[in-house]
Amino acid sequence: MGAAKMEKSAADLLSSPGVSSLLKSMKLKTKQQELLIRVSVLGLVYVLAFITRLFSVLRYESMIHEFDPYFNYRVTQYLTQNGFYEFWNWFDYESWYPLGRIVGGTLYPGLMVTAAFIYWTLRFLRFAVHIREVCVLTAPFFAANTTVVAYFFGKELWDSGAGLVAAALIAICPGYISRSVAGSYDNEGVAIFALLLTFYLFVKAVNTGSLAWALGSALGYFYMVSAWGGYVFIINLIPLYVLVLLVIGRFSMRLYVAYNCMYVLGMLLAMQIRFVGFQHVQSGEHMAAMGVFFLMQVFYFLDWVKYMLNDPKKFHSFLRITVTSAVGLGAIALGVGTASGYISPWTGRFYSLLDPTYAKDHIPIIASVSEHQPTAWSSFMFDFHILLILFPAGLYFCFKRLSDATIFIVMYGLTSMYFAGVMVRLILVATPAVCLTSAIAVSATIKNLTQLVRAQGKSTPAGSGKGTTSTKASSKGSLDQSPPFQRNGAIALLVGALYLLSRYVIHCTWVTSEAYSSPSIVLAARGANGNRVIFDDYREAYFWLRQNTPPDAKVMSWWDYGYQITAMGNRTVIVDNNTWNNTHIATVGRAMSSYEDEAYEIMRSLDVDYVLVVFGGVTGYSSDDINKFLWMVRIGGGVFPVIKEPDYLVNGEYRVDKGAAPKMLNCLMYKLSYYRFGELTTEYGKPPGYDRARGVEIGNKDIKLEHLEEAFTTSNWIVRIYKVKPPNNRW
Amino acid sequence: MAAAIFSLFVLFVSLLIETSSASPATGLQIVHAERQIDLTSHIVRVYLTLKIENTGDAPATEVLLAFPPAQFDHLALVKAAVAVGKKRKKSFAPLETNPTEQPEAPNGTKYYSVSLLNPLAKGETTTLEVHYILTQSLEPFPAEIAQSDPQLVYYHDSAIILSPYHIVHQATVVKIPSNNVQSFTQVEPSHRSGTELRYGPYEERGPYSYSPIIIHFENNHPFAVVEELEREIEISHWGSVQVTEHYKLAHAGAKHRGVFSRVEYQSRPGGSGVSSFKHLLAELPPRVHSVYYRDNIGNISSSRLRTNSKKSELLIEPRYPLFGGWKATFIIGYGVPLKDFLFESAPGARFLNYSFGCPIADTIVDKLTIKVVLPEGSKDPSVEVPFVVEQSLETKYSYLDVMGRTVVVLEKKNVVPEHNVPFQVHYKFNPIFMLAEPLMLVSTFFLLFAASIAYLHVDLSLRK
Repeated sequence: MGAAKMEKSAADLLSSPGVSSLLKSMKLKTKQQELLIRVSVLGLVYVLAFITRLFSVLRYESMIHEFDPYFNYRVTQYLTQNGFYEFWNWFDYESWYPLGRIVGGTLYPGLMVTAAFIYWTLRFLRFAVHIREVCVLTAPFFAANTTVVAYFFGKELWDSGAGLVAAALIAICPGYISRSVAGSYDNEGVAIFALLLTFYLFVKAVNTGSLAWALGSALGYFYMVSAWGGYVFIINLIPLYVLVLLVIGRFSMRLYVAYNCMYVLGMLLAMQIRFVGFQHVQSGEHMAAMGVFFLMQVFYFLDWVKYMLNDPKKFHSFLRITVTSAVGLGAIALGVGTASGYISPWTGRFYSLLDPTYAKDHIPIIASVSEHQPTAWSSFMFDFHILLILFPAGLYFCFKRLSDATIFIVMYGLTSMYFAGVMVRLILVATPAVCLTSAIAVSATIKNLTQLVRAQGKSTPAGSGKGTTSTKASSKGSLDQSPPFQRNGAIALLVGALYLLSRYVIHCTWVTSEAYSSPSIVLAARGANGNRVIFDDYREAYFWLRQNTPPDAKVMSWWDYGYQITAMGNRTVIVDNNTWNNTHIATVGRAMSSYEDEAYEIMRSLDVDYVLVVFGGVTGYSSDDINKFLWMVRIGGGVFPVIKEPDYLVNGEYRVDKGAAPKMLNCLMYKLSYYRFGELTTEYGKPPGYDRARGVEIGNKDIKLEHLEEAFTTSNWIVRIYKVKPPNNRW
Repeated sequence: MAAAIFSLFVLFVSLLIETSSASPATGLQIVHAERQIDLTSHIVRVYLTLKIENTGDAPATEVLLAFPPAQFDHLALVKAAVAVGKKRKKSFAPLETNPTEQPEAPNGTKYYSVSLLNPLAKGETTTLEVHYILTQSLEPFPAEIAQSDPQLVYYHDSAIILSPYHIVHQATVVKIPSNNVQSFTQVEPSHRSGTELRYGPYEERGPYSYSPIIIHFENNHPFAVVEELEREIEISHWGSVQVTEHYKLAHAGAKHRGVFSRVEYQSRPGGSGVSSFKHLLAELPPRVHSVYYRDNIGNISSSRLRTNSKKSELLIEPRYPLFGGWKATFIIGYGVPLKDFLFESAPGARFLNYSFGCPIADTIVDKLTIKVVLPEGSKDPSVEVPFVVEQSLETKYSYLDVMGRTVVVLEKKNVVPEHNVPFQVHYKFNPIFMLAEPLMLVSTFFLLFAASIAYLHVDLSLRK
């Protein structure tokens, strides 16, 4: 308070007395007002980003969602119970039986350590929270933090208005909400925050040339590496950006400082994460960054030589020699490194990003995941809504005011848009870029329009005001001649923009509450008289396993349910969602698609005690094992050629009714799914054994099991568990 | 004053007991004994009416009840009462019962002693009503059954009442839940009519007469046993008592063998899995609020709450039906208004009056732990429970606690629904402690705002 007064009095002293001093104090007041508005808007956006993600808790309960989050949750529990070193050394016997999994060395620990840190802090402050609550709310918390980063990023790119709009847009953008609702305890939840933070700090470092910001971005990068495999995007995008700046002649000392500091420190820090290790110097995916690093040194060296030589002719010949030798040396080093196996080639996932059809032909296990499919137009519209239209407009504004920062956002936007088109889940990575670019469009447009409206309002009596409008709103320069029409047009456009933005808000809220808040463990449906029916069969089955089977029982199921069985059922599984061993998964796929006695041999060799299948025939739940079965056949057949896909199809058609292929009707998966289903009438007016998920009467109603017996079936038949009988006595 | 007199009296009586316990069995005889054994649920309830006469010279102050050692371990409760008053105004006065040791007890017989209100003089008679409860005394046979089988159990006892006294005349009636009695030991005269087995009358049996019997019958009553129950009762002087109950429930009947078929369970509710149960009824206090029912993987959506002004009924359904040997763990939690359960006894002294035992109807609790979490800053806790429990103290840290809260821990094994009687926890509490946590929060926020104001108004940059 005192400082403000002093400042004010100083201003009074400096300025001439009278009107100007009054104006000065007024100005200070509006500045304060502006600050107040900005802080409160940001605060409200922060709260909004958090609470809009709580729909899932309201609709269902405070629980962990889907598949991978269950593993993260289990690991976090282990971390909080046993401490950091035990966690780092954890060998998990409960998964991938009999191989096990070195958990500490095969995961990105950022998320778990973050959640555990929050948990310990709260515990220290005597908030008696459960670790589950912390895990459930981690993603919304970081999403709220992301809005703050988006604000600063927007401010750095354009102005504080664009920053505020960016914060508001990203707070409710469905593309981001889909991965960060309460309960979605996955790496992406914190990784998008880290990604945007790294980018922001890097741009800030490039703009200022300050080592401190570059160090900040290196730390942000380290956090990103510790949190998500998507860091590869950063380590390729930033070199690309630097390269582009080099090519278009925007090389500067600021860029040199920012990139070198960020790359060297970021690389060294990233090596501390065990799962990443020395990949920064050994893997093909990271070579671009290293190449650009060396290129930059060469470039700087040449700059220096040019300065020293002061003779264009000599310099040109020197340039030719240096560039040729440098490129040659680099190529040889890369070639030798790749050939000797020191530098690993690109992984399948990376290839499938560059070539969307690659996975389908070569890696069925990647292609079988629904979130790895190429994106449909409808889901772009669903996830971005009006941002999809605003994005190109924002690019236009960026090109109009080209700077190092806007070039960055243009490149980030374009590359991430491409990746979003290749894989559904990468819409997430594109979302911040799309929001920021759109925010620039919205902010610039609305600023222009309001200036038009206000300038006109003020200037109609005076008749001047052209000067301000013509520079800002040059697109409407032709309209300057007819002021009343222009003003009305501006008002109409403003109303239109506000209408569109409000539609965006409505759309986002609707999508969040209807589409992205389902935990997918608990299924909800509308009953006959409009009431809400809950199918809690998954947890029923997992809890049954946990309570009523021997603690060392091994459960075989398709890999989708592996994480859930270990986390909720607390039993050993053969395969799980960490699909690191294709052969093991193929073995399970083979067992599921073989005849019972062949499958029995496989199950005996894997020590399987229980087999779990998911079956939607009674409830009409369509993502069950019968619908996933062709992937099991494909993955199994990829390793074991005895399994052939055509054996399960009739004229290329997949069916389960009377016309189904004989192998299909007698394979283990079919038998386990439909065992005694033929006696059950599922729908009025339909014959017994009518499968509601596929809408057909099943083809094999008389199923006899020889080596397995039904151990448990949930109340809506969604999960069925079978016990593998011990071999018969010989005498 | 009255209490002092009473304690003097107790002292006197116990002195008498000590002097008279040298020759226990002399002098008394049972003129008439009637026993009813209720086997309709999995809790065995025995009602014994004994008419006792003192034939010795010395006045008798206590009566001994004898139990075979196997039965003694399963005793959950022994209660005795004596009728006082005339026919019209007849009421029962409870008598004190204590387990005692006797020298030269044949075959390891165990005893409970019942202290009489007034010493029984020579030639006088009195009638005692004894009620005792046995848990886990029905042995499933066969021990493993399939889904479609009924559950058959054995019950072991003696046809003749085991007693250190001579019994002149006695009879026993056993109530069976169903008509399906596979077999029962015949001790003449004994016969069965419908769901009742009658042993006796037997005349003139000497002390320690014993005649083992086995009854093999069908009992499909849900054998719900809570292996461990931890009830945490947290008192907040801001107006609520929060109760959290951790259950480890098991079906203690015949083990389920082989297949569990959902088709059969769904299509033949009467003929399949008759001994299994899928829901339980918990009786909670009236005016409960924020009731939840969950386990360690999340909320269990199948429960129903009915409330009225006298009680609240919570129908809980575990995630899956419980067959023999299957287990389920879950948590029930609820809040009740503070004024219903917390009372002020003297200025600054309060006591909590709450029900002991398990709120779920018709269950046995193997091990019950009650933790009463007193508010932070309360002093001198003391407990009043009408039966023997183990007590200890703990400290718990909850939201914003600095010193921690005193926790009174009560432990008891083998608890039956009859133990659902009120108990009291007395403590001293100064209401000023209620303000500690709000003040802490207020001062934290105040400091936060002060710091941000200071930050905004102080220029920290080195460059001027």
